[in-house]
Amino acid sequence: MALNKQVFDAVIVGGGGSGLRAALQLSEAGYAVAVFSKVFPTRSHTVAAQGGVGASLGNMQEDHWLWHMYDTIKGSDYLGDQDAIEFMCRKAPELVYELEHFGMPFDRNPDGTIYQRPFGGHTQHFGQKPVQRACAAADRTGHALLHTLYQRNLRSQCQFFVEWMTLDLIRDREGAVVGVIALEMETGQVVLFQSRVVVLATGGAGRIYQSSTNAFINTGDGLGMAARAGIPLEDMEFWQFHPTGVAGAGVLITEGVRGEGGILLNALGERFMERYAPNMKDLASRDVVSRAMDQEIKEGRGVGPDKDHVLLKLDHLGEEVIHKRLPGIREIALKFASVDPAREPIPVVPTCHYQMGGIPTNYYGQVVVPRGQQHAEPVSGLYAIGECACVSVHGANRLGTNSLLDLLVFGKSAGDHIVAWLKTRPEQRDLPRRAEESTLARLAELERDDAGESVAQLGADMRRVVQSHAGVFRTGDLLREGVEKMRELSERAARLRIGDKSQVFNTARIEALELQNLMIVAEATLVSALAREESRGAHARDDFPERDDREWLKHSLWYLEGSRMAYKPVNLQPLTVESFEPKVRLY
Amino acid sequence: MKKVMKFSIYRYNPEKDSKPYMQDYEVALQPTDRMLLDAILRIKALDDSLGLRKSCREGVCGSDGMNINGRNGLACITPIEGLKEPVVLRPLPGLPVIRDLIVDMGQFFKQYHSVKPYLVTHSPTPQKERRQSPEDREELNGLYECILCACCSTACPSFWWNPDKFLGPAALLQAYRFIADTRDELTRERLDDLEDPYRLFRCHTIMSCAEVCPKGLNPTAAIGKIKAEMVKRMV
Repeated sequence: MALNKQVFDAVIVGGGGSGLRAALQLSEAGYAVAVFSKVFPTRSHTVAAQGGVGASLGNMQEDHWLWHMYDTIKGSDYLGDQDAIEFMCRKAPELVYELEHFGMPFDRNPDGTIYQRPFGGHTQHFGQKPVQRACAAADRTGHALLHTLYQRNLRSQCQFFVEWMTLDLIRDREGAVVGVIALEMETGQVVLFQSRVVVLATGGAGRIYQSSTNAFINTGDGLGMAARAGIPLEDMEFWQFHPTGVAGAGVLITEGVRGEGGILLNALGERFMERYAPNMKDLASRDVVSRAMDQEIKEGRGVGPDKDHVLLKLDHLGEEVIHKRLPGIREIALKFASVDPAREPIPVVPTCHYQMGGIPTNYYGQVVVPRGQQHAEPVSGLYAIGECACVSVHGANRLGTNSLLDLLVFGKSAGDHIVAWLKTRPEQRDLPRRAEESTLARLAELERDDAGESVAQLGADMRRVVQSHAGVFRTGDLLREGVEKMRELSERAARLRIGDKSQVFNTARIEALELQNLMIVAEATLVSALAREESRGAHARDDFPERDDREWLKHSLWYLEGSRMAYKPVNLQPLTVESFEPKVRLY
Repeated sequence: MKKVMKFSIYRYNPEKDSKPYMQDYEVALQPTDRMLLDAILRIKALDDSLGLRKSCREGVCGSDGMNINGRNGLACITPIEGLKEPVVLRPLPGLPVIRDLIVDMGQFFKQYHSVKPYLVTHSPTPQKERRQSPEDREELNGLYECILCACCSTACPSFWWNPDKFLGPAALLQAYRFIADTRDELTRERLDDLEDPYRLFRCHTIMSCAEVCPKGLNPTAAIGKIKAEMVKRMV
């Protein structure tokens, strides 16, 4: 049975911040754009970002994009590509002003300028002292940003395919990406979309962890699609554990709390960060704070009957600051921890938060892969932006507020590049014959009537394995065991079955397809982490506690086929300024 | 916390059910289950055919609005503790049901889109940010936080009767969000557009919207302010 086919100039997979920012660029240039989203766009996970978007506006104290660049590179533990980082930090103010012009309700200073708050790792004069760089809309910056971008898109002609899940990329014989296969949830129909350009903007896959700040939709669909299409995944061993997830619930408490003056305490009531980061203290980089917390807990200074968390104290900030700057945090603390932070501290624990790795791209958003002697050749017709992409501006550890910045800068940059590219690009390329075959076979397999594996059970087992084998601290033995267990889980995944066979809004089918993508990401994570025998940023190996720039100042590339590793160099050469040479990282 | 909990859930799959029915479930909870959504996911692990939307599980995305023991709310921030059993779950009232707890939100979003929910300016764009005083910015508090979950509009009798003509509380809250924004330059047109026996004036101040809003927002108050703006420009 032939599938229906639709034709577009550009298909954007994902309706979060980066997808919407790119869509704006394309639809305003007059191209026929289709944006696919599993959820109504304002429900995308960008909505959950709290603290702010980083830009050196200098509204509070003197600031400079070069300092922002330095902080980002140091935060990345020197694994970030310095061309992309310079590009992002220089563009940041322009992109934030533009958001303001779109109507974003930023908080304001008495002089009417955008309010900026302190954040972890944000400094003046190359690490000398903290600077207020995080442009904030209370503690709902992501909500304000996502709604503003969606609203702006309403003015243009971009077409939304809401509650569609994209299943696979279509590549032709030359390897060019020529379209996607997507599933409409409401009807169950599968449709071919032929497109001159495909942009993956599917967000992260933080749902591979048991304890995660991520939404249910963050299942790495773009990563699964790319990996199945033969594209490697870059730096997948690097997952950011946010220091302050609500203990037990996993819900995020913004770093902005510490930015506004909140502090972390252990069971002895000691402000332990003073010992780990004498200068920046509670506002050290996230990987540093998370490791310190884990260390405190390991050494028996955790809080609670199981001594399994620490406390985030903010009552000293006073009712007014909490009410004005952190209203959402109070709501979360009351609901998920049953404490009023104006009176009592919040129990917190490091929680999986952000995927630094992803689909390899350059700073135009083009997906790049090794070919012959070249390590970064563009894949014709394919772009990736936002958390699903690895540009890499975050390297081994992302600086707080750079996620929202990343999706703005590279969403726009990809949009601009595509507009220019479409002008020179001739007609649509033909879809290869039987492009849908393997996707339809995968769907059919799920519905077989034999006894198989349940999605709920396999998913729970996978999350447990990743959580216990690829957490804050790792060892070779732990990772090897994890890789072994993942192999067993992958065998079970081949027999994944759903009970519900109906076509209308079949969420069981969607969850099964999501789990297939998560499984790919989980395997990439464990295999890449086992291979990297050093400690860098968020990847901390007890058996290799030092950073090893001689051997490991390079990006990992994991291929689904054969689960094999390859590597490519880090770009230490910025666009216009001097390179920041790797140094010992102290906060 | 009790170990087993009783539920009665609205089920309807147009492919096989001639009409909707209520299905009873008993589910064993774990000590970590805190919110209604946790319990529903325990049910879904046993019966994967149960349809619902969900995403952020912290009350910010607006996916899992439903009618819980007769009152609209978000499952992910409704504590299990204190819910009367059996917990009766139904789709949000007044919108067509696609399947089980999943409603067709088309009409709701159409009304939202119709208020031009974006900033419109004519004066030249400055190089940097437009200035706005903290006091003017404060006018947007209680408005911009809306997550479009539809709990309010589907609790509003006026919206039930005229979902195509009355904008409903959510869309009106957003209409006022842009009227109240000192940076917006479309105020007159926005007010003109609402000057209509249905779009705005079907609100009879029943206040169900404010009562159910999971974010604690007050659309009725915003509607009152729109009316006040209209009076102000008449005198």
